[in-house]
Amino acid sequence: MKKENVSKQHLLYIKKLKKENLLVWILRSLILVLFLGVWELLARLNVIDSFITSCPSKIAVTIYTLFAENSLLYHISVTLYETLLGFLIAVVLGYGIALLLWWSNRAKRVLEPYIVVLNSLPKIALGPIIIVWCGSGTKAIVFMTILISIIVAIITMLNGFLAIDKDKILLLETMGANKLQIMQKLVIPGSLPTLISMLKISVGMAWIGSIMGEYLVSRAGLGYLIVYGGQVFKLDLVMASTIILCLLATLMYALVTLLERIVIKYKQ
Amino acid sequence: MNKLLELKNVSLTYYTLTDEIKAIESLSFYVNEGEFVSIIGPSGCGKTTVLSLIAGILTPTNGKIIFDGNQHNVNKEQLGYMLQKDQLFPWRTIEKNILLPLEIKKKVNKNSIDYANSLLDKYGLSGFKKKYPDQLSGGMRQRVALIRTLVFNPRLLLLDEPFSALDSQTRLQVCDDVYNIIKEQNKTTILVTHDISEAISMSDKIIVLTERPAQVKSIYKPVLDGATPLKRRESKNFGVYFEKIWKDLHK
Repeated sequence: MKKENVSKQHLLYIKKLKKENLLVWILRSLILVLFLGVWELLARLNVIDSFITSCPSKIAVTIYTLFAENSLLYHISVTLYETLLGFLIAVVLGYGIALLLWWSNRAKRVLEPYIVVLNSLPKIALGPIIIVWCGSGTKAIVFMTILISIIVAIITMLNGFLAIDKDKILLLETMGANKLQIMQKLVIPGSLPTLISMLKISVGMAWIGSIMGEYLVSRAGLGYLIVYGGQVFKLDLVMASTIILCLLATLMYALVTLLERIVIKYKQ
Repeated sequence: MNKLLELKNVSLTYYTLTDEIKAIESLSFYVNEGEFVSIIGPSGCGKTTVLSLIAGILTPTNGKIIFDGNQHNVNKEQLGYMLQKDQLFPWRTIEKNILLPLEIKKKVNKNSIDYANSLLDKYGLSGFKKKYPDQLSGGMRQRVALIRTLVFNPRLLLLDEPFSALDSQTRLQVCDDVYNIIKEQNKTTILVTHDISEAISMSDKIIVLTERPAQVKSIYKPVLDGATPLKRRESKNFGVYFEKIWKDLHK
């Protein structure tokens, strides 16, 4: 909507707001540029040892070399596959289990202590068991990813289901709704914002899971590159992989945020 | 006049781990077809519980609830319930919110949708069909909530303090608004409230309840001049009824 007559004060206000936003962007970028610049400078002046700390130019070269060798896309695709598969299974299964626990209060009460224990347990401790059970391949990594993501997914979703306004449930009951209808018409659409936050949390969890899994068993992937790079003291490789990892995780999070904008059209 | 609803010696006891609480004890009253009845009582006396019993959400421990000569379950098809807050679903448009009861009752068809639309038109909401609830004012939202209650053409309306979430200015307007719509649609109504003025200005009959366990303390049939609640508030006898009910509640 465009208004014809915007008052002078209003224009001034808008200008001030835009100026502030611009300033924030400039400062943000400045931090990054400054950080990279100082890092590079210190490395070039030999103040810090770039063998241990690496430096931006070397990282860029490493990324380019990996790309030219065709191994960059390969390693990315391996990790991405593990992460996405684990993420999807964890999210779908977690949602289903949470719905089941919402449906049956008794099941919820019975299973509550188990969920609490599984939530507190550092899943990495199960590493050896997973290797024995699933072998030392993709299966083990995906399993680790699921294990790390699913508990939080269940807990977040269940809390969302349980937070649905009791009066809204009462309203549907007075209309003669059965439990299935309450679930379809109220609980599932009403917890959509929770689903989005659950997806956001699970994105982070899935990356932890897949990288941790790769630390344990893999022969390829970004996590593998990081561990390998660390072992042979190729810090350029470690840094390069870490930066790519950062970018991928951010991209996946951004996709969920985009989904949020598409799905949720009303104000919460 | 035809009795649409009758409560005969209805009692309700509920239990907690440590207590046995008598919420209602041998409560009896009736509501005639077309009547506007208010139930008023000290806070915590179980007014809402009475509505839940009538709506069939709770089952009485003792006694009978007779709806339209039928002793068995209250027929939810014929019963519209309106709560304190509008409880519109924020993810549904106004139109979809109004169709909700029809979806639950599996009665979405051309006739019922036409009827819903005619109500929206009649009560000045047709321009807001595609809007979401947060785009409407509190008074408008309450009007939408009322239309959602009317959309399946219930015979009995149960209103549980439907104005208490509104600020006092809006409250008087919405009160008038709701009253006019209900009278125009010729619905039998039970209103639960703690506001004496509201009860007097709207009702054909006022049932005053005692403290818990709730019983009928007194019944008034206010005779006042004026066609709308706002006008009735200016009536001479208004103060007389107010004083009587106030005394009943505080003795």
